[in-house]
Amino acid sequence: MKIHEYQAKSLLRAYNVPVPNGEVADTPEKARDIAKSLNKTSIVKAQIHAGGRGKGGGVKVAKTPEEAYEAAKKILGMQLITHQTGPEGIKVQKVLVEETSNIKKELYLGMVVDRARDKECIVFMASEAGGMEIEEVAKATPEKIIKCAVPPAVGFSPFEARKLAYGLGLGTDKSLSAQFANITKGLYELFVAKDASLVEINPLVLTAEGNLIAVDAKINFDDDGLFRNPDIKQLRDENEEDPLEVIAKNAGVNYIKLDGNIACMVNGAGLAMTTMDLIKMAGGEPANFLDVGGGASPDQIEKAFRILTADPNVKAILVNIFGGILRCDRVANGIIQAAKNIDMKLPMVIRLQGTNVDEGKKLLKESGLKFTVADGLYEAAEKVVALLK
Amino acid sequence: MAILLDKNSRVVVQGITGSEGTFHTRESVKFGTKVVAGVTPGKGGMDVDGIPVYNRVADAVEKQGANVAALYTPAAFSADAIIESIEAGIGLIVCMTEGIPVTDMIKVKQVLKTSKARMIGCNCPGITTPGVGKIGFMPSFIHKKGNVGVISRSGTLTYEAIWQLTNLGIGQTTSIGIGGDPIPGSGFVDMLALYEKDPDTVALVMIGEIGGTAEEEAAEFIKANLTKPVVSFIAGRTAPPGRRMGHAGAIISGGKGTADEKFKALEAAGVIVEKNPAEIGKRVQEILAKKKGKKK
Repeated sequence: MKIHEYQAKSLLRAYNVPVPNGEVADTPEKARDIAKSLNKTSIVKAQIHAGGRGKGGGVKVAKTPEEAYEAAKKILGMQLITHQTGPEGIKVQKVLVEETSNIKKELYLGMVVDRARDKECIVFMASEAGGMEIEEVAKATPEKIIKCAVPPAVGFSPFEARKLAYGLGLGTDKSLSAQFANITKGLYELFVAKDASLVEINPLVLTAEGNLIAVDAKINFDDDGLFRNPDIKQLRDENEEDPLEVIAKNAGVNYIKLDGNIACMVNGAGLAMTTMDLIKMAGGEPANFLDVGGGASPDQIEKAFRILTADPNVKAILVNIFGGILRCDRVANGIIQAAKNIDMKLPMVIRLQGTNVDEGKKLLKESGLKFTVADGLYEAAEKVVALLK
Repeated sequence: MAILLDKNSRVVVQGITGSEGTFHTRESVKFGTKVVAGVTPGKGGMDVDGIPVYNRVADAVEKQGANVAALYTPAAFSADAIIESIEAGIGLIVCMTEGIPVTDMIKVKQVLKTSKARMIGCNCPGITTPGVGKIGFMPSFIHKKGNVGVISRSGTLTYEAIWQLTNLGIGQTTSIGIGGDPIPGSGFVDMLALYEKDPDTVALVMIGEIGGTAEEEAAEFIKANLTKPVVSFIAGRTAPPGRRMGHAGAIISGGKGTADEKFKALEAAGVIVEKNPAEIGKRVQEILAKKKGKKK
């Protein structure tokens, strides 16, 4: 789960990680008020769940409260397009108005989970190449990135903070190394306490006054940890998500929207990804990922159909179900019922395999509805692509 | 494959009184598995179809000689249940549960490291050894006893592959679902090592997904250590980057973990990669025919 920069900074404050003074605004008037209370040059930053906001015109410096008003007026409501948003961009609903800093140096500090076998742990990554995309740095100059794996049995220790600090050129300065140690300690505690999956402070700024401050912050959370972090769960911003995906999530349907015109409904995540791949192999474009799960009750099938048909790009549907404990005749009845309930007009290919497959296929053929029935995996994909020709 | 599930396996089902636990225990028993106990804290003293239920895993170990644990426990309590089994001396733990937080699994792996236990899962369909037993919920009808090993991160996609093999008359020694999570109890490498030592297994099917480096690690291992042929399919060539595709572990992060990278790494290690999932069974058939041809 993603959150906004202003929410991340709020969390950092709670864990003693210094962030610039500032507040979130959803109107230009509020932005002006905040700038007034800061009484300094401020920076007005679009709040969206994507990077590259500066290049996209979503970040402006404001020397006066009036300038903050004008900047906020421009940015609020804009469709901000960045290299991370997709061509339509995201509508900006909030801006963060905060103090600027006297930047002496920009550093990078991040945390991820290393999933490699026998290494599974939280890892800190730090680099003097702050303010740049870490993937670019990793590609061009990987030696500039210092990594520190946190041994799970012990947790984060001061010697690890020192490793990173010396690597960043901060180690010899008593004040800076103490500040850095506090920051890394706070970030580690936050990561573990809130089940984060990624933390990125880019840039971590060294100011002319000799302070370390998190000028930008990105924190992602493990979806599977949300049940025990309700305070994080409520930070979710549905406006940042695709509207169909929001409907699907709230209906308990595991759905991801893509750009194609052939929709699919499958039981099982691996088989669902495979079905998308098969559609592409057969010359079509998948419109979505949808895992209807082990239950695939008539109710769930109907919910899934409603979501798939709500996408105006979708011109045909492929249903691919391998029935294990789930019986194919039950699934067939569910499909027939759902198709009738929603008055399904789109052509469908249905491929069933597994328990009671013959009964299932018979039911579909006798339903009077326009289904094409398929047997094999690749055959099913070919048939649905052919429907659109 | 005698090392994981064999005739000496005595299974305790943690979460046996839940609807999933009860249903799949019944299917396991029908398949021939020796389920000797169940554990649900607070429900000790009950029984499920005559299988005694205990409050603690240690009781099941002491009173029924349980040595394998099958978990159908809620995600919130699964790490605790797994560690309880490790501490009780269980040798093989198979966890079907989906939704366990990653930081919990970091902890669990730490405990596993210093124990004698082996874990399969979480978020997996389990292990099936035709003719011996099954733990988990792979449908019973797809399996046939034979000499091919199957290792997979997926659920229903695994059933497709097994069913293809069975329909071609090719049976399996053991089918293992290692699960779809980013930090599994065992990876491909761990299972490949076991299959390499198993005299009954002559060929392998490996089914992977986007995300992480398990397939790349497997490729390295296969190149250095494996004498048996492997056919591999990777799901998710069309998955968009940065999105969790159903499975928590199926996510392309920072540009890494794509299906094409995995196909490439496996191919370079001499694995027979098949991009059309409908052809997995046929590729195995070809290998086995070649082997038979060589023997003449």
